[in-house]
Amino acid sequence: MSRAEPLVVVDRLTKHFPITRGILIQRQVGAVQAVDQVSFTIARGETLGLVGESGCGKTTVGRTALALYPATSGRVVIDGQDVHTARGRDLLAIRRKAQMIFQDPYASLNPRWTVNAIISEPLRVHRLCANDRERTERVKDLMQMVGLSPRLINRFPHEFSGGQRQRIGIARALASEPLFIVCDEPISALDVSIQAQVVNLLEELQGRLGLTYLFIAHDLSMVRHICTRVAVMYLGVLVELAERNELYENPLHPYTQSLLSAVPIPDPKAARQRRRIILQGDVPSPINPPAGCRFHTRCPIALDLCSQERPAWRDMGGEHWVACHRA
Amino acid sequence: MSHSSEAAIALPQLKADELEAPPLSLRQLTWRRFRRHKMAIVGIVVIALLFLYSFGGALLVSEQYANYTDTAARLQPPSAAHPFGTDTVGRDILARTIYGGQISLLIGLTAMLVELLIGVLIGALAGYYGRWLDALLMRFTEAVFVIPQIFLLIVMAKFFSGKMPNITLLGRTLSGSVVVVILIIGATSWMYLARIVRAEFISIKEREFILAARAIGTPARQIILGHILPNCMAPIIVSATLSVAAAILSESYISFLGMGVQAPTATWGNMLDGAMNYIEEAPWYWFFPGLLIVLTVLSINFVGDGLRDALDPRSRAV
Amino acid sequence: MDDNLLLQVEDLHTRFHTPEGTVYAVNGISYRLHEGETLAVVGESGCGKSVSMMSILGLLPVPPAEIAGGRALYRGQDLLKMSESELERIRGKEIAMIFQDPMTSLNPVLTIGKQITESLHKHLGMNPTQATERAIELLDWVGIPDARRRLGDYPHQFSGGMRQRVMIAMQLACTPSILIADEPTTALDVTIQAQIVELVVRLRQQVGMAMIWITHDLGVVAGLADRVMVMYAGFVVEEAGVDDLYEDPRHPYTIALLAALPRVDRRRDRRLKSIPGAPPSLLVEPRGCPFAPRCEFAIERCFIDNPSLQPVAPRHRIACWVEIKTGGQR
Repeated sequence: MSRAEPLVVVDRLTKHFPITRGILIQRQVGAVQAVDQVSFTIARGETLGLVGESGCGKTTVGRTALALYPATSGRVVIDGQDVHTARGRDLLAIRRKAQMIFQDPYASLNPRWTVNAIISEPLRVHRLCANDRERTERVKDLMQMVGLSPRLINRFPHEFSGGQRQRIGIARALASEPLFIVCDEPISALDVSIQAQVVNLLEELQGRLGLTYLFIAHDLSMVRHICTRVAVMYLGVLVELAERNELYENPLHPYTQSLLSAVPIPDPKAARQRRRIILQGDVPSPINPPAGCRFHTRCPIALDLCSQERPAWRDMGGEHWVACHRA
Repeated sequence: MSHSSEAAIALPQLKADELEAPPLSLRQLTWRRFRRHKMAIVGIVVIALLFLYSFGGALLVSEQYANYTDTAARLQPPSAAHPFGTDTVGRDILARTIYGGQISLLIGLTAMLVELLIGVLIGALAGYYGRWLDALLMRFTEAVFVIPQIFLLIVMAKFFSGKMPNITLLGRTLSGSVVVVILIIGATSWMYLARIVRAEFISIKEREFILAARAIGTPARQIILGHILPNCMAPIIVSATLSVAAAILSESYISFLGMGVQAPTATWGNMLDGAMNYIEEAPWYWFFPGLLIVLTVLSINFVGDGLRDALDPRSRAV
Repeated sequence: MDDNLLLQVEDLHTRFHTPEGTVYAVNGISYRLHEGETLAVVGESGCGKSVSMMSILGLLPVPPAEIAGGRALYRGQDLLKMSESELERIRGKEIAMIFQDPMTSLNPVLTIGKQITESLHKHLGMNPTQATERAIELLDWVGIPDARRRLGDYPHQFSGGMRQRVMIAMQLACTPSILIADEPTTALDVTIQAQIVELVVRLRQQVGMAMIWITHDLGVVAGLADRVMVMYAGFVVEEAGVDDLYEDPRHPYTIALLAALPRVDRRRDRRLKSIPGAPPSLLVEPRGCPFAPRCEFAIERCFIDNPSLQPVAPRHRIACWVEIKTGGQR
């Protein structure tokens, strides 16, 4: 791999959602600490997986990275530009280069728009085509690229299946010829056999168009399959980040170990033999996260230190990063 | 089981990979559902007839005739020459209801448009931008809510009386008070719509396809007009329809109180006003305009009901 | 062997009559469940796995549903012919069911304590004191900490995983012979899912009940089931012991499904094999094998005749015309 500048740099990104009370004047009484001091980079052509369970903040990271939410603190730089300080034309340029694919194929398409309108929206917003005819041709090209028949260009979303709608969403994300795509749980809502179709499509497009992905998911098996590196989040913080085989074969953080041991394996013999680390209790609330290491309340190997001091994010060698006092 | 163990069952997904012919479009489905409302269909027919009556009837009866006074023929009951009778100065009531109808219906429609414009604008801005703009606009809305329509009318009437010039519209010369009445009704009834639109905007704004539009870089104006507004047409259409009826009713009692459209321009409402002193002696004087008001308002309400059911996406009937 | 046969379903057909037409949801499925056995019913959305269970318990609204044929013998008695009151006595007491979303079975305006004690009173005739004590025992048993205090809590005060535990507690209160679990962990995080599966395995050992576990997740099945039944478009396409199914799948759909799954414990070696196309529309009366349009082994006969389940190995049946190892007809 070249030592060129990474395409995406996320530097101590923090996002808190304020909780307000008040009738006429809103006072802030607390905050949902959804994302706290998250840092990672993504090289060109790479797929970085971001995994964690519900409430860990991975979706918030994705959306804040694209400046869909303002950041509370920290920086996100995409292709050399800081996304949160960009305005006007600069922001529009970033939006062209960085796109998003959403989880819910039913909610992410405007039900009153035709497929043509949906896919061509980026073309219109960024003025990429000279006239209607050119635009329509481009939409048809995109539809073919994602495996949809161009005949269906004037249909409405409700006439398609979930997998097909997801393809429409992908075509829309590709329309502006982006460099970077945040895939926010793109296959979670799809049937197993369709998941494979969509994942294969994403890989093929990456090869053809030189795309870079941030792949947000909770399905650890799928993440192992398509990502080059994987980051694990828990309650708003990154706990581990490593090259994929290194993470799956040599997890250092107790949460990662437990998470991996909980993933079902479609193999009865392997399932019988595996040693499971079952965590007790539920995930604490991000409004009032535990002090020190956020995982210490459920950690099987926690020490006193863990409830007092937040562990540092360290490279344990070979770009294997962990935030744990015991690692 | 203490609570029914019947789970909500989603009917199996029914999508084929490629469809030979598109299934019913939203518009077709809506029309189908509307058709099932018999009263709504009746309503449409009656409204159509009323429009025909007021605007088509004008082709048969001239305005001069409607304004032609003949004191010798005052307060005559319905007859062959005057099927609806005559009023206090001998004008033919039938003809006056025709021309009066034009004004009443015109007021209904244009007041609705004024209301629509203000209500949607305020509701959309408040709902989309939220925070201080929302607070400001909603306090303003509540303030206007509190002002009684009548009060405003009296003030307006005093202010404008004698000062409004006549206007020419559709080949007719009308008292300027028509415009005043339209503006007042419009300006005092937009609040309901604003609230509805605001609520719709707040809920639709959180949907993922809006986030997708923002991610694409679509500017706010296009999001509001192109994405959100088309998705809340249903409550807007229903509200607009019903507000036509409300406007016509408002005009009726405004005019009945003498604050509305001034003579000699007739409306159904001010005809009722004129009939006030002759309730028993000349029942035909108030009966026919009253009947027309009732028919109009009722049928618009039926149509509004039908539209509400037809446009409700949760209705599973086809 | 058949002395401990609990449930025998034969040739079950279920249809829905909708404005768009008739939905052929279940098209002739048959299976057996023995005491203490765990049967997994696997398939993607729309394959009829949930509908078939709802049918035999009388949980489908008739109309628009119609049980168009078949028998469901529970301990020799046909559930499909029972009246609603007879079914009510069986549901909850002998055959229990838990769902994906516990909120559909839990009344949001009653406390958990009230709901459990009501059920205990109704099915086991306990008085309030007995019922309360038993309720606390049950919540403890399923691993809810601080059970006595939590009796007074409402469903929304529990997390997703906790709600599932409560539902399990309620359903197992009467020690049923069969527990039917319809995608109970699909909406849960993977670590919570592991907790629930571990709980169910422990309870199963203690209570000795038979289980039918409905899911689309072939990973969960591998760790839980004794036998597996694979469904597609309302038909059963393969049925085998769990080891057999994963080591030696014989039906093209099962093979394709397994090949489409990534593994968390293996390095990536190839692309996932995706199945082209999509499941058939259930609005069309099925003719021939439902998987034929997407099957790489399909021959002409597959499009005309519907194959029935035939044994290919001891306790291993498939519904297929083609012997995929040789390519010839079966």
